[in-house]
This record gives sequence, C-alpha cells and structure tokens, in this order.
Amino acid sequence: MIEVVIDDRCGGCGACVDVCPSDVLARGPGGKAVIARQADCQTCYLCELYCPEDALFVWPETDRVAGVTAQQALATGDVGGFRRDSGWDEHAATHTNQHWRMGAIFERARLMAIDAADTARTEDGRTS
Amino acid sequence: MSADFDTPHWDTDVLVIGGGLAGTWAAIAAAREGARVILADKGYCGTSGVTATAGPGHWWVAPEHREAAVADRQKRSLGLGDPDWMARILDLTWTSLPQLARHYAFSTDEQGRVQYRGLRGPEYMRAMRAFALEAGATILDHHPALELLTDADGVVTGAAGVALRGERPWTIRAGAVVLATGGCAFASRLLGAATNTGDGLLMGAEAGADLSGMEFTNYYTPMQAGTNMARSMSFAFARWFDEADDELDIPAGPDVSPHLARALLKGRLYCRLDRIPQDIREVMPQVQPNFVRPFARMGVDAYAERFEVTLVSEGTVRGIGGLRVTDTLCQTAAPGLFAAGDAASRELVTGAISGGGAVNSSWALSSGQWAGQGAAAFARGRAAKAGERLRHIGQAGLRPTSRSAGVDLLAAVQVVRHEMGAYDRNIFRTGAGLEASGERLDDAWREIAAHAGGWGRGLLRAREAAALVAAARWSKASALQRRESRGMHRREDASGLDPRLASRQRSHGLDRVVTRFEAISLENASLEAVA
Ligand SMILES: Cc1cc2nc3c(=O)[nH]c(=O)nc-3n(C[C@H](O)[C@H](O)[C@H](O)COP(=O)(O)OP(=O)(O)OC[C@H]3O[C@@H](n4cnc5c(N)ncnc54)[C@H](O)[C@@H]3O)c2cc1C
Ligand code: SF4
Ligand code: SF4
Repeated sequence: MIEVVIDDRCGGCGACVDVCPSDVLARGPGGKAVIARQADCQTCYLCELYCPEDALFVWPETDRVAGVTAQQALATGDVGGFRRDSGWDEHAATHTNQHWRMGAIFERARLMAIDAADTARTEDGRTS
Repeated sequence: MSADFDTPHWDTDVLVIGGGLAGTWAAIAAAREGARVILADKGYCGTSGVTATAGPGHWWVAPEHREAAVADRQKRSLGLGDPDWMARILDLTWTSLPQLARHYAFSTDEQGRVQYRGLRGPEYMRAMRAFALEAGATILDHHPALELLTDADGVVTGAAGVALRGERPWTIRAGAVVLATGGCAFASRLLGAATNTGDGLLMGAEAGADLSGMEFTNYYTPMQAGTNMARSMSFAFARWFDEADDELDIPAGPDVSPHLARALLKGRLYCRLDRIPQDIREVMPQVQPNFVRPFARMGVDAYAERFEVTLVSEGTVRGIGGLRVTDTLCQTAAPGLFAAGDAASRELVTGAISGGGAVNSSWALSSGQWAGQGAAAFARGRAAKAGERLRHIGQAGLRPTSRSAGVDLLAAVQVVRHEMGAYDRNIFRTGAGLEASGERLDDAWREIAAHAGGWGRGLLRAREAAALVAAARWSKASALQRRESRGMHRREDASGLDPRLASRQRSHGLDRVVTRFEAISLENASLEAVA
C-alpha cells in the first residue's frame, strides 16, 4: 500500500496523480501530492515509476496500513529502487531492460527440474 | 440518470471500454479503419490492468514452426480449442509486435537479434498508450463505464459512466462498442487486477451477450504471503516446506498449485529460492524489477531464507472464461457489441488450460485488433439517427428494483472473494460445495439487485459489487453442470474426462442463470479417445 509522499522531495508535477490506476493520489495544498484514498491503493508500485523525484514509497503489504514514515522508508534503502532497476529516465544507461531473458530463465528452471527428477529416480533405484 | 446540462456527452464511431492490452489494440485498429475512437478506462490507460504490472511473453512462433505449435496446443486444449483461431493469433502476433518499435525499445540478445517475444509491462503499456494516441484515439482516463446504451432495436449504441474527478456522469453515443475490460479476478488481490471486477461481463450480459467457459476460473499463483506479487518465474525454481521445515515432495512444473493448495489446507507453507543460480539472481532486478521489491523493502533475503507463501486466485485472468465471440471479428451475441482480451472467453485458443505464459497476450493483441476492425465496420454501416433517445440498460447496482437502501457492499465482495478464492471451494470442487456457493451468491445478488445504488464513486462500487457477484454466479453454475474434470476444472466428485462433455459450455442470465453445452463435434469426440 502507498505509505508516504516524502514532502520535501515532491516537486508537485502531478504525474503520480494522473497515472495512479486506482485514483488514490490527489494534489494537496501547494500542488504537492497527497494520499487521498489510501484504502483504494492496489500496491502496483507504478506511481513510483512515474515520479521523477523518488518522492513516493509503497509498502509491499496489501491488506493493512503499516504506518511507514518517510524516515523509515528512506532507511529501507529502496526508495527509488523500482525506478532505478527499471532503467527509467536517468537510469537508462546503467539499468537496461533485461526482461527478454525471461524465456531462457524459465527454460533453465525446467531443465533443472528434469535433472532433479532424474537424480531422485536414480537414488530410488539404488535404495530399493 | 437523465442527462442534464452538467453531463458531458460525446459522439463517436467506436467506443472502446478498457485500456489495457486488448483495448489499446482495438482503438488503434479502429482508428486505422478511419473511425473516430474514444477509449475510456476506469483507471489510467498505461498503468491499469494486469498487462501493466506483468511482463507478457507472447505466442511468438516463426512461420515454419506454427503448424506444429498449433497441433500441440490443440491436443492440450482437451477438445475445446479451435486450430483456425490459434493459427490466426500466431500470424497476427508475428506481424503486430514489430510495429511497436517506435514506442518500445526492444532489446537485442548477444547475437544482436531483436527480441520481440516478451515485453515488460509498464513499458509495454506506456508504449501502447503512445501508439493509440498517435493513431488518433481520444483517451479518457479515470472514466469507468457503468452501463451500455442501446437504440430502440436493442443495438448497442454507446455507454454511460462516471468521471472520477468531480464525480460527474458521462454518456457517449457510439456506432459500436468494444468491451476490453479485462478478466475478473473476483476481488482476490492479484497484482494489477483491482479494476478488473468483471464489469464488462455484466454490461455485456445486460445487452444480450452470452458467456462461455466460465467454469475455468481456478488458476492460482504462489506469492509471498501478505503481498500481491504474483510473478511466477522465480517460483519455477522453488523448494517448498511445511511449518516444521520439512521439505514437501512437490515436483516442479506448471501444475504445482493444486499441490500447494493441499499443503495450505493443512497449515502454513514456506518456500526457498536457493536453487536460483547466481547469474540469474544478479540480473533479476532488471528482468522483473517489481518482483524483488517486497524482499528488498521487508529485509528478506529471498535466496537464503525461507519465506511464507500463499496462493492467489486469478479468476478469469489466467483462467479462461468470458464473453463469447460469435464471428471472426469478435462480435458478441449482442449486435454492435464486440469483446476482446480477457473480457472474452479464450477457449478458442487455449481450450481448457490456462493461456497464461504466451497465448493470452497474443489473444489480447489479436482479438483487440479484430474487435476494433469489426466495430469500425459496424459503425460505418449504421445510419445516424440524430436525436434518437437511447436506453440506459444497466440494472443491478445502478437501479434498484425496490427501495434503495444501504447494502453492505464490502460483505458482498467478501462473499465473492471467499467462494471464488478458498481452495476447498474453488480448486477442489464438489457438486455440494458448488451448490452451497451458488446459494450464498444468489442471496448477495438479490440484495444488490433490490437495493444497491449510489452516486459518484459510491455508484461505481455498487456496480463493481454487482459485476463480481454476477461473474461468480456464472462460474459456479457452469462448474456445477460440468460433472467431470477437464483442464483446470477439477471435480473431486467426478475425476477424469467425460467424453460426452467434450464441448464448450455457454452461460447467460441475470436473475436466473442458465448454462448449456454446445453440440459436441465429431472431431472432439475422437480427440477425447486419444487424450
Ligand atoms: C502476473 C501475470 C503475468 C502474466 N504473464 C503472461 C505472460 O507471460 N504471457 C501471456 O500471454 N499472458 C500473461 N498474463 C495474462 C495477460 O497479461 C492478459 O491476458 C492480458 O494482459 C489481458 O489484457 P486485457 O487488455 O484483456 O486486460 P487488462 O490489461 O487487465 O486491461 C483491462 C482494462 O480494463 C479496464 N476496465 C475494467 N473495468 C472497466 C470499466 N468498467 N470501465 C472502463 N475500464 C474498465 C481496467 O482498468 C484495465 O485497464 C499474465 C497475467 C498476470 C496477472
Ligand atoms: S501503488 Fe499503485 S494504486 Fe497505490 S498509489 Fe501507487 S499507483 Fe496508485
Ligand atoms: S510524481 Fe513525485 S514529484 Fe510529481 S507530484 Fe507525484 S510525488 Fe510529487
């Protein structure tokens, strides 16, 4: 669930307010983002991706308000981590999109499972 | 809902409801036919829906391998697929994805070959939005549709809804409508699915469309307990443990969920991802940046420690059922109304097994384009009847049949979440259990139909609750009638395939739900013999 807007980072661009699929965020006094309907948040993290200032923090738990403060968010070391790993904006050169490897990764898992099953079968053979 | 001076009103040729993968392709295809297009999404076209939070890998098969791919899929469809439709989506996927290159930065592999098969969700949907705008579509974000409009002959002629900003009603008159509202996740907390409450299924049924395959609604995905992170890739490497930390004998593979569900019915379930090779761990944040967030934030070393997991129900998302399409351009049984993506039944291309992992996204991309073309052609063929009064046909959740009164909508949604989510209710099905679920859902439906309504966001919530309950009722009724186990549909009291049921099952009806099997084709009967 969205937990905090880090107020001194927010530049009031309004991007998160526009893109939130559940219409959770609104413009508060001075144009900065505020969490207007927290209970509607679907924990999709996408507001973070569109925030150029890394001013938003989503906590992974979906069912309850955890009450994370700005300080606690920063202490996780992962504020802005989603945008960085996604290679958006200034991170484009250092964090390229490696999503295309998914097919090969699934294939590795499949082969490992076959291997494991073979090993198990051989071991069964020995013990019986 | 009579129009007043405050009600925004627009006219267009094609109205697309839902702006996920299918809806954006529908808008593009309709605009290419020269139609004026409006696309309205409940959320924001570009972030809402399950495409945006996932990373769809498509059914991407080179021409020389397609025949074999179709034959294999047809065999696995357990008699419910259609090879012609499979071939059609393979062809269209192959020619469509490269068109996105202006908006999506496709990667190249070590040999410099462009990789088109899989696209990362947030970038994919950002690209699709740009592509739709470039094609000339008008996009209305945070504009959920609540009901369809028809002309005096019952032909679908637009929709009405509410604009969330300002909470003002809107109406759009259109020559044809495409429903691309996604699947129904039955209020489970599936990643990206919060706005996918089955609204399109209910709107379509009110206009006279029917559904198909609604018994196939029990695909489940493991995820870290308490989160919604239903990305499945890493779990392909998982080892599973019970509370005492004894490893469970669960073979890896596509069908782990029933095994996990049995374990979960006994107690807590844990997972270790320690088999994931080092090189994959290193690249994981750049493959699936969302998957690693819960671990990074909650301080869990996912590759070293065990962590608790549960299963999330995916409803018709990586399940199968939805509105039945009646022709090659995806028109439903309601004239002027087209369906695409997860809002439509995917049995034609997946049969009785999930289309997640490849077929679903190819279906969304293809059915979207066909529906857009079909809607544009339908709109062209209609004589404009300016000034004609349109009928607002929405019922349950919008226009209570008796005194409008406070309905506990959250309780109704909780009934759906439980009946369509609980493992012993929805994975391991029995006739008695399905009947009991059906009765609870019927009660919820009667209450909503009689009393629920509201204003602004409240009206949207009432309508969503109605749609969730309606979709759950079609699902339970269909599952009850399919007295056998086929594909993902598993009846504890009827194991194995029944050759007499090797056909698709339709459902329709609001106050009274009706289901009917299609005539069985000879071809399916013989397939059955070899299955
Ligand atoms: C985690 C996950 C991973 C997946 N991975 C794969 C994969 O690798 N390969 C594959 O083939 N498939 C995969 N799938 C399935 C695939 O993502 C879907 O089949 C496909 O994206 C569906 O697209 P869609 O446009 O029909 O639905 P969505 O993208 O869900 O879009 C539906 C849209 O309709 C809108 N909407 C709903 N109700 C209304 C209303 N009343 N008014 C206006 N708008 C409304 C919603 O806000 C949403 O934007 C995956 C699914 C999940 C959940
Ligand atoms: S996590 Fe998603 S739903 Fe929640 S505020 Fe951010 S964008 Fe909105
Ligand atoms: S996107 Fe970031 S900077 Fe812009 S309004 Fe939202 S929180 Fe503030």
